[in-house]
Amino acid sequence: MFPDWLAWVLLSDLFPWLLITLGAVFFLAGTAGLVRFPDLFSRLHALTKADNLGLGLICLGLAWHNKSPSVALKLLLIWLLVLLASAVSCHLIARYALHSDSKVWKQRHD
Amino acid sequence: MIEWLFDGLLAIGLLWLGWRTVVSAELFKAIVMFIVLGLFMALCWARLAAPDVALAEAAIGAGLIGALLLDAYRALVAERWQADDRNAKPLVAASLAILSSVLIGGLAWALLFSPEPVVDLNAQARARLADSGVGNPVTAVLLNFRGYDTLLEVGVLFLAWLGLWTVGEQESNSAATGAWVEDSDLLTALVRLLAPLGVLIGVYLLWAGANEPGGAFQAGTVLAAVGVLLRLSGRLRPELSPDLWVRFGVTVGLLVFSAIAVGVIPVGGNLLEYPGDWAGLLIVVIETSLMVSIALILTLLFIGSAGLRRGGS
Repeated sequence: MFPDWLAWVLLSDLFPWLLITLGAVFFLAGTAGLVRFPDLFSRLHALTKADNLGLGLICLGLAWHNKSPSVALKLLLIWLLVLLASAVSCHLIARYALHSDSKVWKQRHD
Repeated sequence: MIEWLFDGLLAIGLLWLGWRTVVSAELFKAIVMFIVLGLFMALCWARLAAPDVALAEAAIGAGLIGALLLDAYRALVAERWQADDRNAKPLVAASLAILSSVLIGGLAWALLFSPEPVVDLNAQARARLADSGVGNPVTAVLLNFRGYDTLLEVGVLFLAWLGLWTVGEQESNSAATGAWVEDSDLLTALVRLLAPLGVLIGVYLLWAGANEPGGAFQAGTVLAAVGVLLRLSGRLRPELSPDLWVRFGVTVGLLVFSAIAVGVIPVGGNLLEYPGDWAGLLIVVIETSLMVSIALILTLLFIGSAGLRRGGS
């Protein structure tokens, strides 16, 4: 029911680094989206989603690496706080953009 | 190896951000670069094992000054300010560049070639740490050994507030908060969570400052960040003339600090010479009152007026 290889992966010293690297990949993707996406709304989407998941994976990796419940709890609180703040600031920016008639990108059909 | 790589990236990033801040054609970009520069600076101080400075840099250099600059930018945009004089006159730019280079060169020279100090102040301060009443050497220097400097710094902040009183506006034309912010339920929920949390962190930093990194300035700035948040969400509004509470809050730091500084003369014999057993308690009292004044003055600097009142919902 609990395969050996999975236990081996979870217990290995490399597992936290795997999580952190994966988190960094999300940050990289979010940054690419921020730079390359065509309008404000899609950029916000790329940025906040990627940051949330990326930071979550990095916090998880760091907590795993540290093996201390108090550190894990602090990291969890930091992640929750960032989740909340980034969701609200994303909402505010998008709201402002809507009110000030920011250009919305549409697929061209030609 | 990996630490060298990290520090190298930090140093290169710092230089690049500084360069982009100066040469960026758009003022808004320059401001954002400056804020990121402040964050990099805080990381550098943390790497240099100076957590007190890192905290102050992140809170003041990146956070509060960033908010002030963005606020000023919004006011400029509201007044239909045009960006065409962003490029300074060549003569002005050249003389500024020469003066800054001379300054930096002089500092670098002083750092590299100054003779060994005759008196090792660091060792002296650490040797007397036990007498200071606190366990954090930075707090001991700021509030005890060199308390006079800190007293004058608080005086400077007080003068800044007096300046606000002379030039402050009732309600800025730029309309700092629009209706689209004030009726946002999400923002209300966030403010309700963040404001108490900010107060908690501020007071913790003040308390921790006695033995760990932290202190009145960091604590005051975190509280001021709460003030900025309350202003941006429309819960605080500018008031041309400060009421009694604001006047009390702004002056309490300077008053308590000066009163204690003078009050200890009969006991210790000198200005700011705290009697040994009382030093710890006196420092906590001074820092608490300083935190209140610093937080209030910084918030008012952001609001742009000498007083404030509750507003909106």
